[in-house]
Amino acid sequence: MNEIRYVWQWPVRICHWLNVLSMIMLALTGFFIGRPFMTAPDTSMYIMGWMRMLHFSFAYLFTVSVVARIIWMFIGNEHSSWKAFFPWLTKEGRVAFVQMLRYYTFTGKKLPCSVGHNPVAATAYFGIFVLFVFQIVSGFAIYGQFAPGGFWDGILGGLNVLVGNQWLRLLHHGVMWLLVGFFINHIYSGWLMDVKERNGTMSGIFSGYRFIKSKDL
Amino acid sequence: MKTDLDIVSPPIPEEILQRVEAKGINRRDFIKFCTATTAALALPVSFIPTVAQAVEDKRPPVIWVEYQSCSGDSEAFLRANQPTAGELILDLLSIEYAEVLMAAAGHQAEEAKHQAMEKYKGQYILIVEGSIPTGAGGGYCTIGGHSAVDDCKKLVQNAAATICVGSCSSFGGIPAAAPNPTSAVSVGSLVPGAAIVNLPGCPVNADNLTATIVHFLTFGKLPAVDRLGRPKFAYGKRIHDNCERRGHFDAGQYAEAFGDEAQRQGHCLYKLGCKGPETFHNCPTIRYNEGTSWPVMAGHGCIGCSEPGFWDTMSPFYRRLPKVPGFGIEDTADKIGIGLAAATAVAFGIHGVASCFRKGDSMAEDKTVKED
Ligand code: HEM
Ligand code: HEM
Ligand code: SF4
Ligand code: SF4
Repeated sequence: MNEIRYVWQWPVRICHWLNVLSMIMLALTGFFIGRPFMTAPDTSMYIMGWMRMLHFSFAYLFTVSVVARIIWMFIGNEHSSWKAFFPWLTKEGRVAFVQMLRYYTFTGKKLPCSVGHNPVAATAYFGIFVLFVFQIVSGFAIYGQFAPGGFWDGILGGLNVLVGNQWLRLLHHGVMWLLVGFFINHIYSGWLMDVKERNGTMSGIFSGYRFIKSKDL
Repeated sequence: MKTDLDIVSPPIPEEILQRVEAKGINRRDFIKFCTATTAALALPVSFIPTVAQAVEDKRPPVIWVEYQSCSGDSEAFLRANQPTAGELILDLLSIEYAEVLMAAAGHQAEEAKHQAMEKYKGQYILIVEGSIPTGAGGGYCTIGGHSAVDDCKKLVQNAAATICVGSCSSFGGIPAAAPNPTSAVSVGSLVPGAAIVNLPGCPVNADNLTATIVHFLTFGKLPAVDRLGRPKFAYGKRIHDNCERRGHFDAGQYAEAFGDEAQRQGHCLYKLGCKGPETFHNCPTIRYNEGTSWPVMAGHGCIGCSEPGFWDTMSPFYRRLPKVPGFGIEDTADKIGIGLAAATAVAFGIHGVASCFRKGDSMAEDKTVKED
C-alpha cells in the first residue's frame, strides 16, 4: 500500500519556485550584462538599463527567498532541515547514498527509499546553496561599487580588495554556468526519479505530497 | 533672490598675491592654480584663500626618489601646467633631490639626498616612484651602493609623509606583474603602518599629485583615503559612473570594433574591454594634459591602471573579463560555460536513453498493478 505523506511544507515549495523564477531571470539578464548581444538602434532606448534593473530586482527577491529557505532549515520538518542536506552523516544515509550512486552509474539495481530528498540529490543541493550564497555575496560586493561608502560597499566591499573585483566578476559569471549545468541535471534527475520511483517526485514540489510505500517505512 | 551663481569666492588677500608676484609668479596663474586645486580637492570655494596662504608661505622640502620605474610619473608631473612645472617645482616646493630634475650626479647627488634627509628629518615630503624589488637580497636595484629596500625604508621612516606616485610604488605595478621576477613590492607593503598615501595611475595624474601636496600643506595631514590607501577626492568614484559614454551604455549602444561607426559616434566601449566599470579614478572629470582628454574620450577603453595588479587582472585589455586560469587565451568564460552545459545535457541525454531501456531495477518490493 502507498501512503500519502505531506513532505514539502509550503515555505519549501514557495522558496523553491521563487528561486527557480529568480534564477532564470538572473541568468538571462546576467548573461546579457556580461555579453550584450542586442544593440540598441538609438540612444532613447534603455536596454542595458532595464537588464540591470531586472537583475538587481530579482537579486533582491532571490536573496530574500534564499535567506528564508535557510531560516526554514532550522524550523521546518525533518525533510527541510539542514541535516537533510548531509545524508552521509548517518549510517542509513551512507548506505542509501552508495545505493543511489550505484543506481545512477548502472552498477546497481536497487533504488533506496527516500521520503525527503534522494541522498545524492541532497548532497548536490548543499552545493547549490553554497553557490547561491556565493552569487549573492559576490553580486552585492560588485553591486556596492556604484556607491563607495554605502551599505553594500560597507559590508562586502572588502571582498573587492581581498579577491580582486575582476576575479569576483569572473567567478560570478562562471558560477552562472555551473548553475545552468545543475539546472539540466536537476530536471533530468527529477524526471528520472519520477519515472523510476513512481512516488510523485515531480508533483511533490508543486503539491507537497509524495507517495511512500508503507513497506519502506 | 540668491542663486548659486551669486556665490563668489572670497578674494585671496592682496599681500599674498604680492609676495607671490615678488617670486616671479604671475598672479593670474597663481589664482587659477589655487582655484583649480581647491576644486580638485572637492573643497568649497571659501577655502581658496586658505589654500593660497598655505601654498604661499610653506615651502616644504621634497625628496623624490625612483626605484623600479619608467620615470613616467616624473614626466607627467613636469608637463603639468598649473602653474607651469618650473614655477611649481622651483618656487612653491623645495625639491631637495629628484633624479630627473637635479644637476648633481653620482656621489654628489647621494650626498645631497643624505643631507636633506638628516636636515629635514620628520619634515620632508617623500615622493616615491617605482616599485621596490625585494628579490636577490634587494640586489636588483641599488643606488649608490645601497639597495632600494634599505634606501626606501630609511627615507619613509624619516619623512613627514610619503606620497606614492603611479601604480608601481602604490601597488607594485608592472614590475610586480606575474611572474614578478624581482619580487617587487609596493612602498606600503615594504613599510607597513607608515603615513603613506597611494596615487596609482599609469602615470599618476599630475593634478591629483598637486592637490594631495596642497592638501597636506593646507591641513597638515594627508587626505582621507579608501581601503586601498587612495585619496577619496580622486579615487572615490568609478570611471563608469562619471563617463560621458554612459548614456550609450545604458541605452545599449556599443562599439564592436575600433574604427566602426558606433565608435566614431561615441558609443560605449564596454564590448571592446573597457574597464571603467571596475576602476576608481577621476579621469572623466579632471582628464589628462591640461584637461584636454582622457582615454575613453579619445575612443579607447579604460585599462584599469589605477587598480591593484592591473596588469594581471585587467588584461586581456580588449576583453571584459580576465582569462580563465588554466585555459587558453581564446577561451572565454562563456565558451567554457557553454561547453560545460552542452556536455551535461549530452551526458544526461545518454543516461536517460539508457535508463529507459534498463530492466529489472526499481524498488525490490515494488508491485505495480497493470490495468487492462
Ligand atoms: C543565480 C544568481 C545569479 C546569476 C546566475 C547571475 C549572473 C550574472 C552574470 C552572468 C553577470 C555578468 C557578469 C560579467 O560578465 O561581468 C552578472 C552581473 C552582475 N550581477 Fe549577477 N547573477 C546572480 C545573482 C546576483 C545577485 C544576487 C546580485 C546582487 C546584487 C547580482 C549582482 C550583479 C551585478 C552587480 C552584476 C554586474 C552588473 C554590471 O556590471 O553592470 N547578481 N550576474
Ligand atoms: C533553477 C532551477 C532550479 C533550482 C536551482 C532548483 C533547486 C532545488 C533545490 C535546492 C531543491 C531542494 C529543495 C529544498 O529542500 O529546498 C529542489 C528540489 C526539487 N526540485 Fe528544483 N530547482 C530548480 C528547478 C526545478 C524545476 C524546473 C523542477 C521541475 C520541473 C524542479 C523540481 C524539483 C523537485 C521535484 C524537487 C524535490 C526533489 C527532491 O528533493 O528529491 N526543480 N530544487
Ligand atoms: S566607455 Fe567604459 S566607462 Fe564609459 S560607459 Fe562604457 S564601459 Fe563605462
Ligand atoms: S582611464 Fe583607466 S586606464 Fe586610463 S588613466 Fe584612467 S584609470 Fe588608468
